[in-house]
Amino acid sequence: MLFLPELTLLGASLIIFIISLGKADGDTTNNIAIGLGVAIFGATVLSYSQTGKLFFNAYQVDLFSQVFKTLISGAMLIVLLFGYKLRGIPVKVQPEYYLCMFVSVLGLMMLVSSVELLSIFISLELSSFAVYIMVPMRDESGNFRFQMEAGIKYLLFGVAATGFMLFGMSYMYGLTGSTELSVIVTKLATIWDTPAAVIAMMMVIAGFFYKLAIFPFHFWVPDVYEGASNETTAFIASVPKLAAVAMLIRLISLFSGEGKIILNVLMVCAVASMFYGNLSALIQKDIKRMLGFSGIAHAGFVLLGILTFQITGYANAMYYIIGYVLMNLACFLVICTVSENGENLLIEDLSGLHKRSPIMAFTLAVGLFALAGIPPFVGFMGKFMLLTGAYVEGHRTVVILAAINTAIAIYYYLSVIRVTYASDPEGRASVYPTVLTSATSVFLLAFIVIMGIFPQQFVDYAATVIKSIM
Amino acid sequence: MDKFLLYSNEYPHILSTLIFLPLAGAILLLFIRNESFSRYWALGITTFTAILSIPLISAFDKTSSKFQFVERVDWIHSLNIQYVVGIDGISILLIMLTTLIMPLCVLASWSYIKTRVQAFMVCLLIMESAMLGVFMALDFVLFYILWEAMLIPMYMLIAIWGGPRKIYASVKFFLYTLAGSVMLLVAIIWLYIHNGYSFFIPEMMWHNYSSTAQIFLFLAFFLAFAIKVPMFPFHTWLPAAHVEAPTAGSVILASVLLKMGTYGFLRFAIPITPEATMTLAPAILWLSIAGIIYGGFTALAQSDMKKLIAYSSVGHMGFVTLGIFALNTSGVEGAILQMLNHGITTGALFLCIGMMYERTHSRELRDATGVGKYMPIYVTFLTFFSLSSFGFPATNSFVGEFMILAGTFEHSIWLALAAIPGAVLAAAYMLRMLQKIVWGGTDNPDQSWIKDLNIREIFTLAPFLFFVFWIGLGAQPFIDLIHVSVENLLTKYHGYHGQIVAVTNLIIQ
Repeated sequence: MLFLPELTLLGASLIIFIISLGKADGDTTNNIAIGLGVAIFGATVLSYSQTGKLFFNAYQVDLFSQVFKTLISGAMLIVLLFGYKLRGIPVKVQPEYYLCMFVSVLGLMMLVSSVELLSIFISLELSSFAVYIMVPMRDESGNFRFQMEAGIKYLLFGVAATGFMLFGMSYMYGLTGSTELSVIVTKLATIWDTPAAVIAMMMVIAGFFYKLAIFPFHFWVPDVYEGASNETTAFIASVPKLAAVAMLIRLISLFSGEGKIILNVLMVCAVASMFYGNLSALIQKDIKRMLGFSGIAHAGFVLLGILTFQITGYANAMYYIIGYVLMNLACFLVICTVSENGENLLIEDLSGLHKRSPIMAFTLAVGLFALAGIPPFVGFMGKFMLLTGAYVEGHRTVVILAAINTAIAIYYYLSVIRVTYASDPEGRASVYPTVLTSATSVFLLAFIVIMGIFPQQFVDYAATVIKSIM
Repeated sequence: MDKFLLYSNEYPHILSTLIFLPLAGAILLLFIRNESFSRYWALGITTFTAILSIPLISAFDKTSSKFQFVERVDWIHSLNIQYVVGIDGISILLIMLTTLIMPLCVLASWSYIKTRVQAFMVCLLIMESAMLGVFMALDFVLFYILWEAMLIPMYMLIAIWGGPRKIYASVKFFLYTLAGSVMLLVAIIWLYIHNGYSFFIPEMMWHNYSSTAQIFLFLAFFLAFAIKVPMFPFHTWLPAAHVEAPTAGSVILASVLLKMGTYGFLRFAIPITPEATMTLAPAILWLSIAGIIYGGFTALAQSDMKKLIAYSSVGHMGFVTLGIFALNTSGVEGAILQMLNHGITTGALFLCIGMMYERTHSRELRDATGVGKYMPIYVTFLTFFSLSSFGFPATNSFVGEFMILAGTFEHSIWLALAAIPGAVLAAAYMLRMLQKIVWGGTDNPDQSWIKDLNIREIFTLAPFLFFVFWIGLGAQPFIDLIHVSVENLLTKYHGYHGQIVAVTNLIIQ
């Protein structure tokens, strides 16, 4: 039971692998994949309350990991649901595409349970390598080849980040003589201020900064978002970020309150991410690029919660990343639905969407208003709690800079809403979302609103979850 | 906490009902796809809300400056955010104005809005909920959430149903207002930390925050509220938004949204940062004068009727801020009364222009010249509202402006003298418009095809006229409602400064 979600994923990957040997048509593969997605989600829910240790204490199943596994499989299921036509992926590689997605999710699930440096490394690589393959899998009929560039970029930056991480891990091992996090913490506790410990910690964190796309490990974001197919981008923009935040919380909560230098570094990274992301997003024409830059800015906000080194701060960060994934998925749902043949969408391609498909326009508007941090949606509550938490800890300058960033960010979100609601379609075709897509979007919208109006329950629960690993 | 609050046994949930009824109406309306039904539905809901709000007046305790009809529920426990609403003399008139004006906005959009009627009505109803909530909220986070949430439906009203330059206008409106209130959020968090981790507004008032902190807080308030008013250098979004918005949008904007800025000054800036208010009041007073004169001159130069009224709003709201920062009884009471008056008069003028637009499809003054001959009822209404707009005796604005000027004289004779030309300018531009519309010249376009107002339009305008004369001839009941709260505000304000002077003297001795 402890290993049930992972085993289900492995089984699902095997089934898909067998399908990939034959010649199933697209629809069958899609339906099977969605069925498997539901099964995986069910498995995570079933093993929700499990606790225990596996593999010589390298693998810890606790409330924290199980919550994140449920979230990860849930987010994956949503991506499967709205991207189920896989319009941007050639039919002949669709089974392989699903195979890679499942393997990547397997890596992420293992990651949130890992409490030992080597298992962390292996899980992270497992999840990354699968995604490296997913990025270039894109229909070439439109004669665009930038998916190859995107794939290479993602790979090179990923490998560089991994290199940093391995190097940091070697320092940690050298300083403490152990690869187990629990041992490392007790040994490092006495030497937090030494340069070697700081460098080791920062380098390990760098690997997760890469996944979360925090400055200065964000360079892959715009090109990969643009180059990968819409469905892949939706996946990259949401699912791995959950795991990255989980690992950041797990690592940084270990040395709560110690280490002034690390705090300063985190602050600089957070503020730089916000400014870089928001200012670059202002001039984007491609909506996926824009969302990529906005994702960098949002990652900066998440860091704002983590750098408080308080349980409430971690809980706020967790609440925020869940909210962010929901809002982001709502936007990508619209992109995947509006894009007819899986081509990239410019912002102006959304013109007059409120006439072409009212529900898609509404979903997009709510998603973007929520990302912009307008109440009563989850984005506002998340930002508000992060700002309050950081201010209570005395980080006034960071709070003011973050507040200024909210104002900057409004413009580019609003310019998308502007074309969807105020422009004319100018002959662009109507969009007819399927019932499944509409239902998914209603579900996302409902959650965006509910989490925004009643944050208490969610944050409290997040705090209990985080207490379980402290 | 309870020393500020007065619960009502008779009407325990009246405020929440007023806030949530339009919202519930909007949510139900989402599921209905019938255009004519959605018109009647919105009219029914807003009328019902208006009727429900009448007990607020009858059961309001005029002798108390406490917040009344209070409801309090814990909302977000970990941050100590509460759902707490209540009204006092400063907010009651604005709430009544909002509830009464909304059914008229629905009526004014009856035939004006032809596309996506259902969505339009949903936006109007959500607006009503948010606006009422802003005036009632006693928790700063609740206030901020509603203050911001209001932007979405208002943006939609302008961006979807607006005029030719609606994109520019709506984005400008949204950006200005949102960018202005960002620092307000930081100020709220600062106050939360320095008030024992509480967002309860009355407990934030009249504390000895340090002078520097007060100045920064005041600047944060000022930026948010001055943009909303709008005060002179921050006014540029207003003409654009007014001109492009549909009639109902303009009315809501002029009658209610602008008042939120001045309401913010009264509710937050003065009580929370009295020392900074004292320091910065002269600057704000002169900005008000600049707004009055600038608004007047610019209005005089307009050929677009909606723009004319929009700039006149800048001038009128300049009078309101002038009265508020004169900081004496007649000034502040006049300002609150003038907020109501401006809501009535300017709202009515926008309705009049909207009715003309429905006929001629032009907002140009040139195209509306000389309709007096063919639209006698229309010009009768227009005349009264125009007279009211420049403060003709026996109309509502006369009382308000007179009190404001009296208060300003008490404060400083130079300021009052500087404001007088504004009143003259108002007469000049309103009479110019009125003359052209009623008579025009020898080169009037052919207006004989124009039909006069129909019954629905008369019903829309009549309530405004009623209030123009009621306040103009018998303003006392209105002043009675606000008097105790204003006195309480000013006593505490002057008491606060008395205390500081006493302490300083003590130190010097």
